[in-house]
Amino acid sequence: MATKERPIQVAPTAKDFRGKVAPDWCPSCGHSGILTAFRNAFAKQGRGKHDYLTVSGIGCSSNLPGYVPTYGMHTLHGRALAVATGAKLANHEMSVVVTGGDGDGYGIGGNHFVHTMRKNVDLLYVVMNNQIYGLTIGQASPTSLLGMATKSTPFGNVEAPLNPIAMAIVAGATFVARGFSAEMKELSELMYQGMQHKGFALIDVFSPCVTFNRDNTYDYFKERVRFLDEDHDTSDKAAALEQAVKWGDEIPIGLFYQDTSRPSLEESEPVLEHGPMAHQPLGVTPEQGAAIIQRMM
Amino acid sequence: MAKYDFVIAVGGAPGQGIDTVGKSMSQICARHGLHVYTYSAYQSLIRGGHTFLTVRISSEPVANHGDEIDLILAFDANSLEKHLENVKPGGAIIYNSDDIKKEKPERDDIQLCPISYKELSGGTDRKKLMLNICMFGAALNMVGGDLQVLEDIITLTFLKRKGQAITDANHAVARAGYNYAAENFTPFESQFIKQEPLAFVEGNAAMAMGGAAAGVKFYCAYPMSPSTGVLHWMAQNARDLNIMVRQCEDEISVVNMVIGAAHAGCRAMCATSGGGFALMSEAIGSAGMMEIPIVVINVQRGGPSTGLPTKTEQGDLWQLLGASQGDFPKIIVAPINIMDGFDTIPELFNLVDKFQCPGMVLTDLTLSMGFTTFAPDSINWQPEIDRGELITGLREMDGEYLRYQITDSGISPRAIPGTPGHMHVVATDDHDEDGSLISDEFTNPHKRRDIMEKRQRKMDGIVELLPPPTLEGPEDAEVTLIGWGSTHSVISEATQKLTEDGITTNHIHFKWLYPMDEDAINEVLAKSGHAIIVECNYTGQFARFLRGETGFKADGHIRKYDGEPFMPHHLVDGVRELLIGKTDLYVPYQEIVV
Repeated sequence: MATKERPIQVAPTAKDFRGKVAPDWCPSCGHSGILTAFRNAFAKQGRGKHDYLTVSGIGCSSNLPGYVPTYGMHTLHGRALAVATGAKLANHEMSVVVTGGDGDGYGIGGNHFVHTMRKNVDLLYVVMNNQIYGLTIGQASPTSLLGMATKSTPFGNVEAPLNPIAMAIVAGATFVARGFSAEMKELSELMYQGMQHKGFALIDVFSPCVTFNRDNTYDYFKERVRFLDEDHDTSDKAAALEQAVKWGDEIPIGLFYQDTSRPSLEESEPVLEHGPMAHQPLGVTPEQGAAIIQRMM
Repeated sequence: MAKYDFVIAVGGAPGQGIDTVGKSMSQICARHGLHVYTYSAYQSLIRGGHTFLTVRISSEPVANHGDEIDLILAFDANSLEKHLENVKPGGAIIYNSDDIKKEKPERDDIQLCPISYKELSGGTDRKKLMLNICMFGAALNMVGGDLQVLEDIITLTFLKRKGQAITDANHAVARAGYNYAAENFTPFESQFIKQEPLAFVEGNAAMAMGGAAAGVKFYCAYPMSPSTGVLHWMAQNARDLNIMVRQCEDEISVVNMVIGAAHAGCRAMCATSGGGFALMSEAIGSAGMMEIPIVVINVQRGGPSTGLPTKTEQGDLWQLLGASQGDFPKIIVAPINIMDGFDTIPELFNLVDKFQCPGMVLTDLTLSMGFTTFAPDSINWQPEIDRGELITGLREMDGEYLRYQITDSGISPRAIPGTPGHMHVVATDDHDEDGSLISDEFTNPHKRRDIMEKRQRKMDGIVELLPPPTLEGPEDAEVTLIGWGSTHSVISEATQKLTEDGITTNHIHFKWLYPMDEDAINEVLAKSGHAIIVECNYTGQFARFLRGETGFKADGHIRKYDGEPFMPHHLVDGVRELLIGKTDLYVPYQEIVV
């Protein structure tokens, strides 16, 4: 394949991160705000569009990679984190971001969610949490609140929701935050910080579903969310957990917890010292082969 | 006929070091320049239970454990009782007389060789694990092996890990056994010969080595018998060979990580067994849809369900054929022996890279956990590596880059993420040439048809490159044995025996299973005599598949599904029985029970 060197162009702006296809989300869907925040954060990082890989699973929110002009993977339901981990370990120089919904990440993908945090893979994971299954037209999700009536819980949800923030802090994520899609400026900044963070970053974002979730609306969150106090110590795990379990009339958002001391998986893995795996020479040298055979004699 | 062909078996309880003995015995034979194939009939227990290891030793390359046992080493009373009848007339059994509580064993057509370890070690050192070294020394004397070779292996095994004192003690015990046999037992007529030294390898390791040679840079797995040896080899060699090796939370994660790594530009591989493969199914279809080349190894064990974790079967063929929903290009290959497992991996990687699709290796415990010897210079560490149409840098382009460009071959040049100017989305939902979804609101039947036909056109190219099976043996034979994968050696040997006995027999063996070239295969099948399909499963999975693909109907079937692999005489007996014509299905009786 003929290749030609070309000078790197000026860093793209947020506008440059608009994709070819317009989103097919409902008008005023919470996800639209998150998409804008993504574009802002991509641009602020100052890297080229080809340096990003945006990975998603299945669900309304998982269509996002189609709406940004980076490299993208629209993978199976619940598997985005596993695919993204493989891609990141194959080329850790890329900035790999993962998006998806609460059903995709906390339900069907729950096992990968826990273990990707434990491994501290250097990814930004943005969960567009609308507490409902939207694409399958309205069933309860792992974050649906108690009592919520949905098509699968017509008489009210009797299962308690999980708390992704507390889970992430305990499971080993090293950057744990919560955003609200209507708080654009702060969300863009959180995403930027999450991309800059070396290690697993979770941002759970309240993203109202205007079609199927009549309980957790924009107004519901506007009345309740408040930013964490400026003196909240993000390096204090116990303090972060104390904030994480708060839910009710006041729901904290912002950066709960960050651990900058724990190395990411990429930093812990000696084979990456030679550069990205995808760029390494292939195969076994005659000397390596001879040494292997010698051990088998 | 081989100049030397001898079978030694070792029986004992897991924890008595049988696997170490098997490995050491293979190593000793290899150093004598003798070929071996070992088969371990074991149980899914770490301690307790019973293990029976068969080592076939030959002056020629050998790939099955044969029919008869010349010499058994019985480490415990249980092994003596279970396997006394398995020694062939004229053979011998060495047993631990300290462990025999009641009567002495009775058989007058074999040599009974009791060893009292208590007596030999002076009653002072009663370390049980050294008993096997002692019996080993005795066996080596009887077959005319070189004691020095055993001592070298003992040094290699113990000196670094356990120190000089333990090494010396083991040397002494080995010598005691060797000398005791020299004085008390009759050596075998057929004695070890010395040839050029060989190397030895386990089947799982051979596939891992093939992966390394093929340029695998990413390997991950979830432990599952009998495939875990691939992970162990990869993990052990990861740093020397610069390979990313990971153990994952489940097989779903395994295959999805492989897909991510392969998309990002690595040659990526994983191995599992039937249960783990079932979890991978959905993602294998997604690799087909996203057109990402991956290699998945399925090492079969007895099914269904968790089935027989430590026993062999060829029961997953239809699982692989049917893995994942919908139609997509894929390749299935079944290596025919351990060293073919090494060669198959680079061959398959070149194909999946060229055609950007999943490739599946279908093997089984018989090969994966067997040991074999090979000439050290016979390994090709530098196989051809062809990565297909890969874009890794900027290039001249007319218009926009189309990841799924419609082409005559169905192959669309693949840009690796990170390459400037080629950004695109790969999607498991169906998509247009540029990767845009055509699944939901943009569904368009014409686009769907075009992209489906583009993907499936790749199958035509694959079929052209897969060699059809060859007919081994005389063209006009009375009987044709048809097999696939791991049974090649045992069928080959049965074919020879039958022909020697006056029933001329030939052999058609399938390695590349899918896709099948109907015409080319029918041409080979047309030459068959009384056709008998040999396979290790209950329902005749391959027979049904072959019939579906080619219309070929066999005259008879030999099947085994008791967990133990075929022995050559099972097939010889089966052919005789089937030729009588009263039945078209023969299921051999397994004589050696573990």
